[in-house]
Amino acid sequence: MADSKLNLIKPVRAAWIDRCIIIGLGTTAGVAILVTIGIVLSLLTETISFLERVPLQSFLFGLEWSPQTAIRSDQVAAEGSFGAIPLINGTLLISAIAMVVATPLGLASAVYLSEYASKGIRDWIKPTLEILAGIPTVVYGFFAALTVAPFIRMTGGQFGLEVASESALAAGIVMGMMIVPLISSLSDDVINAVPQSLRDASLGLGATQSETIKKIILPAALPGIAGSLLLATSRAIGETMIVVMAAGLAANLSLNPLDAVTTITAQIVALLTGDQEFDSAKTLSAFALGLLLFLITLVLNITAQWIVRTYREQYD
Amino acid sequence: MNNTINFSKSTSFNLPKRGQSEFRFQIIGIGAILLSLAFLIWLIITVIFGSMGAFKHVEIAIQVDLTSKNVNADDVNSTSFGSIMKSGLREQFPDVKKRKDKKKLYKLISVESSLELKEKVLDNKDLLGQKVKIWVSASDDVSLYVRGKIDASLPEDQRKITDKEISWINNLGANGQIRTKVNWGFFKNGDSREPEIAGILAALVGSTLSLLVCFILSFPIGVSAAIFLEQFAPRNRLSDIIEVNINNLAAVPSIVFGLLGLSIFLGYFDLPRSSPLVGGMVLSLMTLPTIIIASRASLQAVPPSIKEAALALGATPVQAVFHHVFPVALPGMMTGTIVGMARALGDTAPLLMIGMVAFIVDIPKSILEPATALPVQVFLWADSPERAFNEKTSAAIIVLLIFLIVMNLSAVLLRRKLEQRF
Repeated sequence: MADSKLNLIKPVRAAWIDRCIIIGLGTTAGVAILVTIGIVLSLLTETISFLERVPLQSFLFGLEWSPQTAIRSDQVAAEGSFGAIPLINGTLLISAIAMVVATPLGLASAVYLSEYASKGIRDWIKPTLEILAGIPTVVYGFFAALTVAPFIRMTGGQFGLEVASESALAAGIVMGMMIVPLISSLSDDVINAVPQSLRDASLGLGATQSETIKKIILPAALPGIAGSLLLATSRAIGETMIVVMAAGLAANLSLNPLDAVTTITAQIVALLTGDQEFDSAKTLSAFALGLLLFLITLVLNITAQWIVRTYREQYD
Repeated sequence: MNNTINFSKSTSFNLPKRGQSEFRFQIIGIGAILLSLAFLIWLIITVIFGSMGAFKHVEIAIQVDLTSKNVNADDVNSTSFGSIMKSGLREQFPDVKKRKDKKKLYKLISVESSLELKEKVLDNKDLLGQKVKIWVSASDDVSLYVRGKIDASLPEDQRKITDKEISWINNLGANGQIRTKVNWGFFKNGDSREPEIAGILAALVGSTLSLLVCFILSFPIGVSAAIFLEQFAPRNRLSDIIEVNINNLAAVPSIVFGLLGLSIFLGYFDLPRSSPLVGGMVLSLMTLPTIIIASRASLQAVPPSIKEAALALGATPVQAVFHHVFPVALPGMMTGTIVGMARALGDTAPLLMIGMVAFIVDIPKSILEPATALPVQVFLWADSPERAFNEKTSAAIIVLLIFLIVMNLSAVLLRRKLEQRF
């Protein structure tokens, strides 16, 4: 049996080959870290050279955003016009509208699907709702700009309201609809993880099903739900195409949902898609905004993970 | 002792009231689902109805004089086909005299129609030396009018087409010189400034090439990273960091990956701007975390007994994983990859950052040529002022959605067919 003899030798030879393979695999896992380092480094270096032109406090706390490159070389670099506050304001306004739309819809549908719906209905409705999450955001942007915004404008006009053609409301509502399945499916998982014994105990004590949900299940699932809401917020803040197409570029410092506002992501696109010289404050400011966006979403994600880990109720 | 039952109002036994509140609660749940579904249906119906017109193509027949007076048979390329068409139109409407009106008359046919005529002549040299009727594309406004998209009852200054033009079109129509056919050009052409000529093929090819690059890069890296983390990684700080890191990367906004691509792939490595190569690289960074997470889940689902049996029979850990665990987990990994790539297909923002937003007419032949992608094409057309591009946008969305459905469907089928249950 020549074959079995060969096999006896193999493990000895395989030892170093195996080690090489494992090291190779480990290297690929390192790529993930490399990507993060790449993101941080590329954003940071450009931001630093941006901050050499525009001081940090006037970027973070400036109330006016009108990115202009200095025309003369001796001109002070576009003083005070790189204030990110209007953009942060617009980003938060649109995300808030999106969350106001998506939270009740997402939670209510998650509760209904996991607690009331029969298996047959659930198997149909759940994937159908998920389609909303699978539609590319550029489609939502098109829909928001050409269908929802004129609709809101018309409706507002009938009540005598002045609605901007690129209102925060249109972008926010459409973004909210996009986020519904995210909240719904994350919350659904959390609600399903609440042990059946809690439900049985509550129902056994005479509570109705809705009382059980409101007083027992939702409180038990609260950390997970809070986590899913934070993740959804982070998604809304980082969303680009809907706001680029439907919210426009007017950097108004306004909290009125009927006004036109702009967002961090919309400005990054505007700054980097036109003609650009690589070293101007205008181009570099896009990277500073990118870093800001990265940090905001990172903090939200980490907080979400932390809440879920720390406040998770431990059963059994 | 507070152990007495609290009979206060808050826990009343008012059953009818509680029943009503139960009913209301369910109605809210159903309402939320119906509202979301209604929104989805509204969106899809809007897109489908909006796209109808883009699949129709209106053509006008013109009598053109291809005799040697106009065309030199030895040197077809130097012929001015535009003026041949114009004189054909003038002959048909001899009472149009004013310069301004003539210009309007010439605008009935597409700006690109002289190219169409030239191609027809080059294809069929027999046409030379004859006076023939040739079908060419109508301009976008004529096309909209013929398909009933322009309301002729509006006052003249509120529509894009004048009374005079309408009378010409009606005249042509009465002579059987207008026809509507299926717009195959939409699937054969690249982008164009003229809506009646613009097609989706260049964007489709660009997206396909980008996705290919994305797959070639992210699938091997993602799968091997997942295998390492799930099967071989020592439980230490470093592997914890990698794990947290991957979870966070999955939630980074896509536009940030675009910034990374712009400053590193384009700025530092100087790769060709707007190319599917860079597009695919950026998309692969985005899909990598998704693939790793899905592949790990798929590896976890493989029962440990399979690996243990292999180890017990003398296989090394690497052999056990690659010969026995990996094949079982592969369908799940492929499914995760396809789902991740479907996301990448729809993503627009990172591609805008690396310049895939440029106006590109030619169909890209390699991953190094400038290209555009399907979602970017949607964005570009949605931004165009011409009304006819509105239909094109909806049609491009339909093509994009079909591409997505095909990918997701293949993922589902793959899972159904290959997945093993234990």
